[in-house]
Amino acid sequence: MKSPARSWSPKNVWTDQRVETIIGNLLRTGVLLSGAIVLFGGILYLLQYGHLSAHYSGFNANRAELHAVGPVIRQAFHLDSRAIIQLGLLLLIATPVVRVAFSIVAFALERDWLYVWVALIVFAILMFSLFGPAL
Amino acid sequence: MPTLELVLLVWLGSFFAGLLGSLTGLGGGVVIVPLLVLAFGVDIRYAAGASLISVIATSSGAAAAYTKEGYSNIRIGMFLEVATTAGAILGAFLAVRMATNILGVIFGVVLIVSALLSIREKSEQPGAGRPDPLASRLRMDSVYPTAQGPRSYRVRHVPAGFGMMFGAGAISGLLGIGSGAFKVLAMDQVMRVPFKVSTTTSNFMIGVTAAASAGIYLRRGFVTPGLAMPVVLGVLLGSVTGTFILVRARTKWLRLVFGLVILALGIEMIYGGFTGKL
Repeated sequence: MKSPARSWSPKNVWTDQRVETIIGNLLRTGVLLSGAIVLFGGILYLLQYGHLSAHYSGFNANRAELHAVGPVIRQAFHLDSRAIIQLGLLLLIATPVVRVAFSIVAFALERDWLYVWVALIVFAILMFSLFGPAL
Repeated sequence: MPTLELVLLVWLGSFFAGLLGSLTGLGGGVVIVPLLVLAFGVDIRYAAGASLISVIATSSGAAAAYTKEGYSNIRIGMFLEVATTAGAILGAFLAVRMATNILGVIFGVVLIVSALLSIREKSEQPGAGRPDPLASRLRMDSVYPTAQGPRSYRVRHVPAGFGMMFGAGAISGLLGIGSGAFKVLAMDQVMRVPFKVSTTTSNFMIGVTAAASAGIYLRRGFVTPGLAMPVVLGVLLGSVTGTFILVRARTKWLRLVFGLVILALGIEMIYGGFTGKL
């Protein structure tokens, strides 16, 4: 077993931080990209529906909205403004998922197998939420 | 209300929520839901859906800035995310089934507790002494930069912190907020992680936690594009603007005002919940 002191050796901290900086920049790019998609969809949405009246006072789970990954992507390619917004939002939801995926790789590169498992569990929970049975 | 008018007003409100959240470090998500519910009469489930997505945006957007400072501890964060994401799924599962007025009352209580937490004293006494066996095994002990150079800290009470994180995740999934105040509390008070390390680690945990309930929210129709669009864009621009404004001297005053606003919104949400207006 490795000594516990390993985790706070300066070299190890430095590697962690470098990996985190790369991931951080990647996440920011993802947020900017999804923000741009949401903005584009939003402008289109206002041109199409801006004059209609909006109702959000009652919740209707059965309203045929864009609830799944597949239909959102398909509809977005048909330039459906609401699907384009949802696509941007999906991309936003994906950014922390990507972060966890990269962490698995980063821990594997450090040969920290315990944390590869920990990150895999978190990743599995996220996958369950996005693609598992509807709760 | 015409869609154009609603979108512009919601965008403006979200911008200020993001700006204040960023300036005070309290996060904007916590006021988005009451704003939408109380001022615009939006169903609390649609409000929670829009708010949750904006929480992810600010968390991921700020990640680069936070890691540069060298405070965040990815091992503590990743390990505790097992608890927060599991809790978030439970929270979202309950949110789908709970009556809106009960959700409103719970939201109000959480707002009041958050307001009280925001004015508590920050103890900067990182855990020291003998290493905790579990924390050592999980390699959580680390160093953080201080004015006097790098300082090491030892993490304590991992199971208690883990349990509290499950609760923080459940609150996040139930109400569509980041619940950063509770995450920081679990880390710096229970696990004795230095405050700066707690806040920066909490920031990146917030996004991952929110993503766990966002999947369920999305498929249950909580995320509606016409509403989430102005909220996400407003909060994002507001929080980015906040990082460019340097009002360090007035932060304490701002925190107090924002804390009082959160407190008032909490009381209003509880009142709305009990009178059946939500």
